[in-house]
Amino acid sequence: MEFLQPTSWREALEMKTARAEALPIAGGTDVLVDLNFDRHRPEVILDLNRVAELSEWQPANGRLRVGAGVSYSRIITELGQRLPGLAMASRSVGSPQIRNRGTVGGNLGSASPAGDAHPALLAAGASIEVTSLRGSREIPVDEFFLGPKRNALKPDELIAGFWLRPAPGPQQFAKVGTRNAMVIAVCSFGLALDPEQQTVGTGIGSAGPTPLRAGEAERFLAEALGEGDHWRSGQPLPESARERFGELVARAARPIDDVRGTAAYRRRALAVLARRTFAWAWQEYTAQ
Amino acid sequence: MIEARPLPTRQRPLAQSAITGGIGESVKRPEGVLKVSGDFPYSSDLWAEGMLWGSTLRSPHPYARIRAIDTTEAATMPGVHLVLTHADLPGRKVYGLEIADQPVLAFDCVRYEGEAVALVAAEHPEQARRAAAKVKVDYEVLEPLTDPELAISGEGPSLHEGGNILRRLRIEHGDQNAPAEVVVSGEYVIGMQDQAPLGPESGLAVPDGEGGVDLYIATQWLHVDRDQLAAVLALPPERVRLTLAGVGGAFGGREDLSMQAHACLLALRTGRPVKIVYGRQESFVGHVHRHPGRLRYEHGADSNGKLVYVKASIVLDGGAYASSSTAVISNACSFASGPYAVPNATIEGWVVYTNNPPCGAMRGFGSVQNCFAHEAQMDKLAQALGLDPVELRLRNAFQTGDSLVTGQPLEGSIPVAELLRRVFSMPLPETTDASRRDLRELPGGVSNTTHGEGVRRGVGYAAGFKNVGYSEGFPDYSTARVTLRVVEGRSQAEVHTASVEVGQGLVTIQGQIARTELGVSQVVVLNADTRVGSGGSSSASRQTYITGGAVKTACEAVRERVLEMARSELGDRAGRGETWRLADDRLVDASGRTVIDLVTLLGDEVVSEEREYRPRPTEPLDERGQGNAHLQLAFAAHRAVVDVDVELGLVHVVELATAQDVGKAINPQAVEGQLEGGAAQGLGLAIMEQVLVTDGKILNPSFTDYLIPTILDMPPVRMEVLELGDPLSPYGLKGVGEPPAISSGPAVLAAIRAATGREVSHVPVRPDDLLDL
Repeated sequence: MEFLQPTSWREALEMKTARAEALPIAGGTDVLVDLNFDRHRPEVILDLNRVAELSEWQPANGRLRVGAGVSYSRIITELGQRLPGLAMASRSVGSPQIRNRGTVGGNLGSASPAGDAHPALLAAGASIEVTSLRGSREIPVDEFFLGPKRNALKPDELIAGFWLRPAPGPQQFAKVGTRNAMVIAVCSFGLALDPEQQTVGTGIGSAGPTPLRAGEAERFLAEALGEGDHWRSGQPLPESARERFGELVARAARPIDDVRGTAAYRRRALAVLARRTFAWAWQEYTAQ
Repeated sequence: MIEARPLPTRQRPLAQSAITGGIGESVKRPEGVLKVSGDFPYSSDLWAEGMLWGSTLRSPHPYARIRAIDTTEAATMPGVHLVLTHADLPGRKVYGLEIADQPVLAFDCVRYEGEAVALVAAEHPEQARRAAAKVKVDYEVLEPLTDPELAISGEGPSLHEGGNILRRLRIEHGDQNAPAEVVVSGEYVIGMQDQAPLGPESGLAVPDGEGGVDLYIATQWLHVDRDQLAAVLALPPERVRLTLAGVGGAFGGREDLSMQAHACLLALRTGRPVKIVYGRQESFVGHVHRHPGRLRYEHGADSNGKLVYVKASIVLDGGAYASSSTAVISNACSFASGPYAVPNATIEGWVVYTNNPPCGAMRGFGSVQNCFAHEAQMDKLAQALGLDPVELRLRNAFQTGDSLVTGQPLEGSIPVAELLRRVFSMPLPETTDASRRDLRELPGGVSNTTHGEGVRRGVGYAAGFKNVGYSEGFPDYSTARVTLRVVEGRSQAEVHTASVEVGQGLVTIQGQIARTELGVSQVVVLNADTRVGSGGSSSASRQTYITGGAVKTACEAVRERVLEMARSELGDRAGRGETWRLADDRLVDASGRTVIDLVTLLGDEVVSEEREYRPRPTEPLDERGQGNAHLQLAFAAHRAVVDVDVELGLVHVVELATAQDVGKAINPQAVEGQLEGGAAQGLGLAIMEQVLVTDGKILNPSFTDYLIPTILDMPPVRMEVLELGDPLSPYGLKGVGEPPAISSGPAVLAAIRAATGREVSHVPVRPDDLLDL
């Protein structure tokens, strides 16, 4: 096994172009598990930990650009105010040790349907910046996941980071696991309200072959809020509309029965999480 | 109605001696700091010059005939020194604790997924692993037998000579046709629990160059390992020497051989030290688990809530090999009706062979599965009668003079009612507004699933018990050698046993007993090995009792010799020598005045005595399941307070409270540790721990998906420790380790039922069980 350790972004991209089979590693919280279990024997590992640019974040043109190597711990402490949904998701990741090592870039690279960051990124309408020597491109996050553990990266591309607007409104994230910490999601749900655009964003985790958006549920909720002039009045939605939102989220999921839970349970739980997270988000909105 | 009586709880010992660290004190364990700082050497940390690494090829099939094994390619892989199959075995090809039915390396067929088939020794563990994967086994895959009920019916393949019923046991007690006014019944399914010890199986075998072998090993019973190994290696037992290596927890999972024979075989054939360390995934198939079970119960009572009868049918899945299954089913049946007086009982138990993972010992040993059932039944009965669940239990609680369903009379303190009153009387945790709580105090925890929505609180009670020590006539004894001598100008006692420290604190206990008995401040507890007689297993909550008894007895013999020595050297001084005793490193008279200090008295003399301690023998159960089969009984009661999110089916255990009679707390802090740890293991089984097996295959053999409680799942334990004594045991102590793991889980289940109003009958409780799906 070859171990490549670039010290600059340019060098990393050159290495990836030269060795397309190289497996990038950041925190190693997924890659090393696979290696230890002998599920995967990559010929080349590309260690990105010495590429300083990857662990930076900064505001740019009204948005935030977060480097792929920023850890969950730093998202919680440094970006908790600006990216509350992602910070909540980050808090539910593993243990303190895992949060210190693990990165959102790594989560995107693994592209597991159960990745904790994904529903939050989907709900907030993030885009993923991927780069090669040929140049950079931004992929909307809902076009990034192609299948279980498959993403839209070309062989010579690396994940540079992701772009997000600082939350224009309340955001929420909730995850069901059968233990109170250190657990892989049975299912999870992210929600983002955008009072400026009067839109709603959603993300479903661990209940389909990829992380999913619940498009119909988003449109329904945005319309229901708009029609009743709720954005302005702050009046609560009728119970029936909140129920309907939950049902539509559940319907958008494509879960299976597996060792962590049943499909029926996942749909039921998603409906509950959708209703609850909306209630919390709306409470926060009206409290402002 | 239900009030706790004032009873003696643990009392501080009177200051009789200047020496600290005797019995009754919370002496700190010598390895504690090393363990929490990561410096403790576990068996997986062993190393020897020139050592090779062993790896095991395991069966991918739950049931298959072996047509041929080809090791040619594996033997030529880089770094490989040796490949072994069953054809290379020098001695007995099978082993087992009760019945030798498990192949050292599979021959003819494999009976469970993960069964050992071939071994490789190589320079590097990865070389060994890759070479093992190149051993070609030609399997004829067979349809596995995975349903225990099918095994009972006699249908399907016969997995062992004599059929698939490993043991059937019937207990008939009283009138088999007694009618009752109120009848409740239920069926309960208990999942397979893993011991999940911190340290996976590991050890190092070192050939002695003369045909014998030294094995450094984390185990629960050195001598029973040695005797099985001697047969497999075709060596006399004295040429197989075992030394205890650092044990990372056991909980029953180290009673059977795992890699012991494999490492010794490789070491003897290569002439090099061989180390084997399992990974977590291999560990899941490398040791036995707690038996999953299906239990069908019917309880009959009169209208006052007095039990009239209990009928139970208990089916445990023993898996592919016998292990200790025959003893587990004996416990499951003996204690099937719980710690309650039952005039009439019919208990029918089966433990069967299947092609599922082998099951055997785990903390609680047959008393855990039945406790979930009998306690659910007691709650059902209380509901049918309109009685408080604790009140119903009090009306039926065992008392001295009652008998087990096996006819064995209950002697000494039988404080079931008192323990229940205690947990009932403890203050309940405050009920705060769920919507104002920290996420960590809500179901779902930091995953942010509720801010109080759907949260319902429930409180549940359970009582349980089990035997301490071996049962049914199995010889129970332990051996200790105690030596007193002067070392560098100080008197020093050395304690040597073969009894295993598995983390329970036995080393500390041995030192405490020696200090108390010999009045010596400096005590060295030697590492356990087979140079001294057997200590029996560190299981059945027995070591403090049995090995404690052996150390005490050996100390008494040493003390007697020292006193005799003094009497003969100093003269008896008109018979006053009869009142002399040892205290504070001196020989003192009745009033405590120094007669002579020990250093002077001993001089160059080394006083050493080895003694065996044998408690009262037990007897087998007869054909009606009757007999005095058990030594000592230990009781505990638990109260659980839970919050359930009834819309998501998630559970947060708010508090566990327990009361337990420990007879005498030899080390109070160690007792607390046992009460907390056991409760955590019970909580785990109640709400999350299950080895999922489908068609004979384990679906979750890792800590990613086999979940055990974290610090956010395990609440504080409120406890009351009673010291009611036992006239037969050393210092009046009772075994402590297992009762905490018995009634804790059932109390959690009861609390969940109280919170949800649902009849939950599957353990562990899954979110789906708490919703209408």
